Amino acid sequence: MRGHHDMGGLPAGPVERSEHDHALWEKRVDALMLLLSAPSRRLLRVDELRRNIEALPPDAYDRMTYYERWISAIANTLLQRGVITADELGRKMAAVAARGKDAP
Amino acid sequence: MSETATLAPRFAPGARVSVRRADPPGHLRTPWYIRGHVGVIERLCGAFANPEELAYNRPGVPKQPLYRVRFRQREVWPDYRGSAEDKIEVEIYQHWLEPA
Repeated sequence: MRGHHDMGGLPAGPVERSEHDHALWEKRVDALMLLLSAPSRRLLRVDELRRNIEALPPDAYDRMTYYERWISAIANTLLQRGVITADELGRKMAAVAARGKDAP
Repeated sequence: MSETATLAPRFAPGARVSVRRADPPGHLRTPWYIRGHVGVIERLCGAFANPEELAYNRPGVPKQPLYRVRFRQREVWPDYRGSAEDKIEVEIYQHWLEPA
């Protein structure tokens, strides 16, 4: 079955050529990927990242931005590898969200 | 298996090849639109660990030869309106190619 991501040749409208500055969180995602995939650690491979991006449901794949797909795939790869657990990640995400609420 | 083990190239530049019309599950680097089409080997790009295996955190050895394969646009896209001489080049791993 043709994967949703494998869209070469399908109608897609014009190419969006505008550039934008990367937000700080996007730079952090990029740094995270480089650090995790460094040969000294090799906690993920870019091929695993791609597999997990391709595994996104079509509506999520279309809705998410480039780095949102990345961070989703990084999280899934680390869960599959056993580097982190879902419970750890969930608790940390809740703690960070709560921290944000307290900010002035 | 050693990380440097490499499969011998099966195809020389100029050879006619067809892309396997395969559809296994997994992480595949052969675009859907090119499967089943016939092209010509433009060059051998080198040999690389198989990304279909790397995607599952396996070593991907022996390394697979990777080729740049040249196709006629009109053969790939039946409604292509450009020149009959226009080509498209796609990089394809050896295990996706058969002699044509």
